[in-house]
Amino acid sequence: MSDEAHDAVGDYRFGFHDPEHSTIRFDKGLSEQVVRDISALKDEPQWMTDIRVKAYQHFIERPMPDWGNCHSLNEINFDNVTYFLRSSDSTQNDWDDVPEDIKNTFNRLGIPEAEQKWLGGVTAQYESEAVYHSIREDLEEQGVLFLDMDSGLKKFPEIIKQYFGTVVPHTDNKFSALNTAVWSGGSFIYVPKGIHVEMPVQAYFRINAKNMGQFERTLIIADEDSSIHYVEGCTAPTYSTDSLHSAVVELIAMKGAKIRYSTIQNWSANVFNLVTKRGVAYERATIEWVDGNIGSKLTMKYPAVLLKGEGAHAEVISVAYAGKGQHQDAGAKVHHLAPNTTSNILSKSISKNGGRSSYRGMLQVTPKSHGCRSKIVCDALMLDSESRSDTYPTMEVGNPTADLEHEASVSKVSGDQLFYLMSRGFTEEQAMGLIVNGFFEPFTRELPMEYAVELNKLLELEMEGSIG
Amino acid sequence: MGVTGVSEILRIENLHVSVDETPIIKGLTLTINRGEIHVIMGRNGAGKSTLASVLMGHPAYEITEGTIHYLSQPLEELTVFERARAGMFLSFQYPVVIPGVQVGTFLKKSVQSVRDEPIKGRAFRKELNEAMNTLDMNKSVLSRYVNDGFSGGEKKRLEILQMLMLNPKLALLDETDSGLDIDALRIVAKGINQVAPEAGCLIITHYQRLLDHVKPTYVHVMIDGQILLTGGPELALELEEKGYDWIDAAPEA
Repeated sequence: MSDEAHDAVGDYRFGFHDPEHSTIRFDKGLSEQVVRDISALKDEPQWMTDIRVKAYQHFIERPMPDWGNCHSLNEINFDNVTYFLRSSDSTQNDWDDVPEDIKNTFNRLGIPEAEQKWLGGVTAQYESEAVYHSIREDLEEQGVLFLDMDSGLKKFPEIIKQYFGTVVPHTDNKFSALNTAVWSGGSFIYVPKGIHVEMPVQAYFRINAKNMGQFERTLIIADEDSSIHYVEGCTAPTYSTDSLHSAVVELIAMKGAKIRYSTIQNWSANVFNLVTKRGVAYERATIEWVDGNIGSKLTMKYPAVLLKGEGAHAEVISVAYAGKGQHQDAGAKVHHLAPNTTSNILSKSISKNGGRSSYRGMLQVTPKSHGCRSKIVCDALMLDSESRSDTYPTMEVGNPTADLEHEASVSKVSGDQLFYLMSRGFTEEQAMGLIVNGFFEPFTRELPMEYAVELNKLLELEMEGSIG
Repeated sequence: MGVTGVSEILRIENLHVSVDETPIIKGLTLTINRGEIHVIMGRNGAGKSTLASVLMGHPAYEITEGTIHYLSQPLEELTVFERARAGMFLSFQYPVVIPGVQVGTFLKKSVQSVRDEPIKGRAFRKELNEAMNTLDMNKSVLSRYVNDGFSGGEKKRLEILQMLMLNPKLALLDETDSGLDIDALRIVAKGINQVAPEAGCLIITHYQRLLDHVKPTYVHVMIDGQILLTGGPELALELEEKGYDWIDAAPEA
């Protein structure tokens, strides 16, 4: 790695990369032919090919967003991205059958171990497609579907045709258009009526190749009165050139259902992370986004919930950590489209070494939605004076009975806190690490224990060598 | 180590300290040996808390003259956390809130860094249980965040719990007794008495009442940045009765 690249990414723990492993690799750049080729390669039904091509047209016509970090966005060179790379001939259900070097990667990331210990199912995506997939037998017997999206489309085309693009249409934004055109991989989950999946299911996304574009597509449907917790983690190696991750995630929580979607995004600091995540919650349903953004060069992501049924509830808890050269532009969108719907948004961000974190939020209450309640709390912590934090909240309230609270705070680590902790034997870095972990605690406690421990370790590592 | 078998913990000679170029301590000399309890009394603004902060290494204070030796080593050579690891402990007058950090985690990590050795979970819990029993503390405090939403008394009790767990060689207690009711005061005193025989203690207080439970070796009166008078426990009673004016008024010795 060049010094410059190292400088940009610091001591990123997952920055190792394997020799590239590909059975099919498309040339860089995007055209209608590339889109058709991806679809043909996957042997997709015609309707999917048509959606892809339509989405491609929209992507071409749609201008870049003129908000957020335009400067950084415009650095993306769409011609220098590899849009499809197949690294294994098939998705394996047996860990032993996964190609050796890919297996090593996931071993280093601790995936098989986690599966044995505490997960209900695992899918591991490497570049464009899943290389490993498994689900606990008892869940399968209960009728729970958990597949990678490509297999999902093959085996359950009707369900996918019914829901694909209904929550995030390809016309939503430029990057949802791009994803719809070239999507590959991701998860497809269906939880039948009344089934509660007690153990979380996990997806792990890994970009290995240079200048790679990863465009996974996830669709989760929780039928009436069911529940599921989906966890995803992401890493990539450290290169001096940029990669692009642009996912679309659609959640559908039917009457009385509950979906919790947790993400710890720890991309290396050369990845553009431009993701559209949105869920629909029907009557008394709950959708919870637990969203951690630690890595990437630029993240623009605003997990959204459409509260469409009476009494539905949305929860968006997010943390962002912006270090040197990073911009975390994250937030939440909640649309109260039905009466007596409720939402909580908690956003916590930390900026350090000139990093920038922004909260961008949208809260909407439509005129017919009476009796809605929403609470938004945004806390920013700055670790030095060269870093930056902004808040861009938008509220559109059309019903006078809405009960809304909005609190925002920006704080710095106080000298008194550092002195107190140092008088208890902590070095300045350790003290900073404790304060940062404490600041993120309302988020961390929502994670499965294993993730919480991992996140705290990660943050402590980020604090090392950070005090001048 | 002292020559007569007395072990010297702290030696302060002709100490001058300023904050923002304003002199606060103006020529203070004090030696504390192991097993001694020194009490410093005096009006607000006399420089008592400054002394405690300077000893712990607060960056806002500047030593302009004089020397401090801790365990025979020049104190200036040690940073704040090195002082803590070398056995110095300050019970804060105003303990600081650390949001989101649980007391249990904090104590374990703190003990770990001060002892500089891995501690076994079970041995640690046993030790912690004993200390909490001594201080009549409820286990539920361990899952609360450090000093967050604590009453004044709870904060002080947590300071003493930390002191017991860190088992210091020099304990600095800055108005730990302020704002405590009689029961809490007795408990705090119990903690101090447990640590005192093996440590040097410097207790800063306004009130004689703590001294009903903790027997000082010396009582010092600090006025305008200097120790003007030193006596035994009876001096504290005299101050309680007569105030400080008679000392100001006395001709300098």
